[in-house]
Amino acid sequence: MDGATDDHKAGIAKWFLLRSPPGQIQQVAKDVQKILMSDKLYQQAASEAFPIYNMEQMICLELPDGSGQVLVSNCGALDSTHYLDLRTAQVATICTKVRPATDEELPSGFVEEYRSAIDSELLKYVEEAFPRGSCAVFCTAGSTAEEDDAPFELTALISASKISHQNFSSGSWRSTWKIQVNQELQSVDLTGKVHVNAHYFEEGNVQLDTNYEGSDSTVLQNPLDVATAVVNIIRSKESEYLLSLEESYSKLSDNTFKELRRKLPVTRTLFAWNNALQLSLSREVTRELSK
Amino acid sequence: MDAAMDLIRRMPPAEVEMALASLLVLLPDHSADLLSKVDQPLQEAWDDESGRQYLLCDYNRDGDSYRSPWSNKYDPPLEDGAMPSEKLRELEVEANEVFAIYRDQYYEGGTSSVYMWETEENGGFAACFLVKKEGRRGLLDHGLWDAIHIIEVVSEEEGEAHYCLTSTVMLSFTTKDDPSMSFGLSGSIVRQMEADFPSTEGHLGNMGRMIEDMESKLRNGLDQVYFGKTKEVVFTMREPLEILTATSATGQSLQQAVVGDIVRRRSVH
Repeated sequence: MDGATDDHKAGIAKWFLLRSPPGQIQQVAKDVQKILMSDKLYQQAASEAFPIYNMEQMICLELPDGSGQVLVSNCGALDSTHYLDLRTAQVATICTKVRPATDEELPSGFVEEYRSAIDSELLKYVEEAFPRGSCAVFCTAGSTAEEDDAPFELTALISASKISHQNFSSGSWRSTWKIQVNQELQSVDLTGKVHVNAHYFEEGNVQLDTNYEGSDSTVLQNPLDVATAVVNIIRSKESEYLLSLEESYSKLSDNTFKELRRKLPVTRTLFAWNNALQLSLSREVTRELSK
Repeated sequence: MDAAMDLIRRMPPAEVEMALASLLVLLPDHSADLLSKVDQPLQEAWDDESGRQYLLCDYNRDGDSYRSPWSNKYDPPLEDGAMPSEKLRELEVEANEVFAIYRDQYYEGGTSSVYMWETEENGGFAACFLVKKEGRRGLLDHGLWDAIHIIEVVSEEEGEAHYCLTSTVMLSFTTKDDPSMSFGLSGSIVRQMEADFPSTEGHLGNMGRMIEDMESKLRNGLDQVYFGKTKEVVFTMREPLEILTATSATGQSLQQAVVGDIVRRRSVH
């Protein structure tokens, strides 16, 4: 008897799709399709899972007219198929065409000055530090703000991935930096989250999952100086994070791993299989006698 | 089945139980196959009679009951549950005692169990050695290690025996030494090894040395190769930039340039 309902099956399929390692959703989709044996259920699961996966992974797509790339993220999503690219002021429909963004979709001229200054500064950093990175800056709150007016929020995103099916490895790096600009307090506050995954699966399956959270602030100045200060903070925080990762890795062998299983027994010699029982008995006897 | 196994290879190892449960829902006709091919973290049980912890797997299960290696009794009780022969049970008892000492020396804690059963092939037998270790000390926020060693033994001519070992290690851990970040690694690998040894040396020693050797190989493989590969992936995505410090050469020249700039600006005003 077939006990599971169609919704349950589609839900499971979605669960698998959303857990695809970086760059492997197509492979996972193929497996899921074969296992489900129902195109209808697969389409149902895929139509829900792909947009979420693409946004979570912050994938980067070429604009169809060749004018650049669009970063697919929840900051730039107008709906599940339309994504805003502020660098070219266009809206991409996945992944067929672009149209100019409407005025309502774009931030005010005042906000745009800060946004584009941070965007170009961020591009320099990403080019320097991420061989295959892309980035975007969105206005995520108060996009109509003018000078000496309400606060506004910009969000800087960085996305980088390394996908190498021949080498059985893939990985993704995703940063989200929220930049709160408060004109009344003359302050710029940053809070950042970085999520890094890596998957290596040659004759095995090993996955790294790590998160970082950091924050800092600077003072409100002209757009160019704010951009320099903001990107310097991002650069140094992410460098610190990379150093912490390096340190965590370096402690693995001698510390972390040892807590689970030692390289050698406490005795520092291989285990004495043939007389282990006698040895442990005689140790107990000695212990009893010495009482 | 191939698609299911490929899927398991891509899902987070720390979530393998959920992945397996989901596959069982989608592929009810393959449940036996899935259950035997997809390794899961081991479950523990308590043997009241001997006051010791033991591990559950397919090899000490009969129906819904599991046999404890310490008291040799099924829980819930079974009238005619499968048992190893008297002679094999003797070896099983000894193996459990010795393997517990081994486990204590390498793992400094944890639970272990050994189960044995007769196989059909020319009077041979098979054994499975299990270890489960949970760690929370040191830098470990939470760590889990499961090792499953299944070894088939066939006696050959002239006092030789042939041993075929299949070992699986599953581990996952998170560390928390830096409050601003979380760091989690999880993995599973399976390897096989075959060897012939004189049976005069005793089956237990022969099996034990193979397992000890294999465990060390798997541990080093995960530590050096597999974890190293994930690190390599991260460091090719984000390259370490030269860090500016006040004492580094770049830092020094930058500092001079800034100071020079300030002095020049002041003299203009």
